[in-house]
Amino acid sequence: MLKTEVLDMEKVRADFPILKRTVHGKRLVYLDNSNTTQKPKAVIDALIDFYSRHNSNVHRAVYVLAEEATESYERARRKVAGFVGASPKELVFVRGTTEATNLVRFAWGETNVKKGDLLVSTLMEHHSNIVPWQLLAKSKGATLKFVGLRPDGTLDMESFEKLLKESPRLVAVTHCSNVLGTINDVAKICAKARAAGATTLVDGAQAVPHMPVDIKSFGPDFYAFSGHKMLGPTGIGALLAKKELLEEMEPFHGGGEMIREVFLDHSTWNDVPYKFEAGTVNIADAIGLGAAIDYLTGLGMDKVREHEIRLLDYALQALAELKGFHQYGPLDPKERAGVISFNFADVHPHDLATILDEEGIAIRSGHHCAQPLMRWLDVTAASRASFHVYNSYDDVDALKAGLKKAGDIFKV
Amino acid sequence: MSGADIYRELILDYYRNPRNFGKLEKFDIDSRDTNPLCGDEVEIQIRVGEGQKIEDIKFVGKGCAISQASASMLTELAKGKKLDWVREVTKDDVFKMLGNPDLGPSRVKCALLGLKVLKTGVYGYLGARYEDSDGPGETP
Repeated sequence: MLKTEVLDMEKVRADFPILKRTVHGKRLVYLDNSNTTQKPKAVIDALIDFYSRHNSNVHRAVYVLAEEATESYERARRKVAGFVGASPKELVFVRGTTEATNLVRFAWGETNVKKGDLLVSTLMEHHSNIVPWQLLAKSKGATLKFVGLRPDGTLDMESFEKLLKESPRLVAVTHCSNVLGTINDVAKICAKARAAGATTLVDGAQAVPHMPVDIKSFGPDFYAFSGHKMLGPTGIGALLAKKELLEEMEPFHGGGEMIREVFLDHSTWNDVPYKFEAGTVNIADAIGLGAAIDYLTGLGMDKVREHEIRLLDYALQALAELKGFHQYGPLDPKERAGVISFNFADVHPHDLATILDEEGIAIRSGHHCAQPLMRWLDVTAASRASFHVYNSYDDVDALKAGLKKAGDIFKV
Repeated sequence: MSGADIYRELILDYYRNPRNFGKLEKFDIDSRDTNPLCGDEVEIQIRVGEGQKIEDIKFVGKGCAISQASASMLTELAKGKKLDWVREVTKDDVFKMLGNPDLGPSRVKCALLGLKVLKTGVYGYLGARYEDSDGPGETP
């Protein structure tokens, strides 16, 4: 099998301090990137620099530190928005994708969803793109229905079109499945949903970290992603929405920063996106996310994607040679992101993860916050190996050797 | 050392051939719980006989080798004992039963799921409430 590199792996790996550590005396092979990614030194340094040199609150005080903090925070907003082809006025900083969908549930859903309305999600969603809509449907007396899947792990567009005939109020769909890796045709989905009069929300948590994304090219009403899955810090993410939509929406959290004027009997709201950023925002981590974006831009998202396609191609072939290996999701690496969910004979994923841990290999095991999808796959749990820029062919070989060892222990 | 060492013959044997696996036709206690982190499931049914004895006990479940072997071995241990024994049996007893494998904090929950289900069911039957000590800020 071909082992050619698009990234300078030696250099990339040297940028991530954690890769120098060992686990149980073995080299760390980190393959849980769909869960959270490791951080390059540039991101860690950005946090240290902010707290060491510029720390103060933003948008308030007039002294030098406050101006620097504000400028750094807003520069981060420009970078993050620009990274996905949006304007900074359309970007609300949130804790992560989960907070983004919950913000939409309250700030948009409470006024726009009525009794009897239909909300549409899909069977391949992460819980963060299911549960908020269940809660919204329950509080409003609306109905929530799901687009089905085809056996190859892609969305069943016929079932989608059928649901569109019922004029849904909202279509909430993932850009890329965190289990199957399936990349959905969000341009087609958004266009059809829009034509049916639905508001669209796309969960980009597994897409933005792994491939070039230009949201202008498919124009969702809402788009959300998390910083920690794209080399940035935890606790920071983005909700992107059209400016007019943000303007007509009600606030989410009330408090400082989000107001224009406060009286005892009423208040008026700050301009968007500040209207949705109540309280002291996560300044340092937004700046850290900006640094992560600089890092990814430096590598080039086209190359990041190509790197993952090659690793995925190599891994799918290598692992398929193991007796008892069964993977879920589309077979063509070009149709999926660098994630492989699988089961291995009758070795339970948690047992497998424990055995691999002994070899220094970190994979995710369990239901991957996608229980409805696991039920559809008819499995209680799966193992998942997922890649990012620092993963190498050696990591795939280590995974394969680890699986062989598990096979020996369990006498597969 | 934790890790692969825990998969000794005993645990694998109970995982592949679980004893007391199935459901009872007649039962007085039916208790089920899941481990939300892993998705392990265990359901235990007990028929209570004379003198508050565990006359029969069966379990069904899905999950990792540790959780299923532990639940199965626990049913064997409990069969024929008085319900009060369930109040006395401890987490350490379960670890001992499993051969004292060195489990990490996350896998300890797998090992103890059966015990939790057993205790919850029996305590409930006896009109008491079983409080599990795992919670935020606590390491099992």
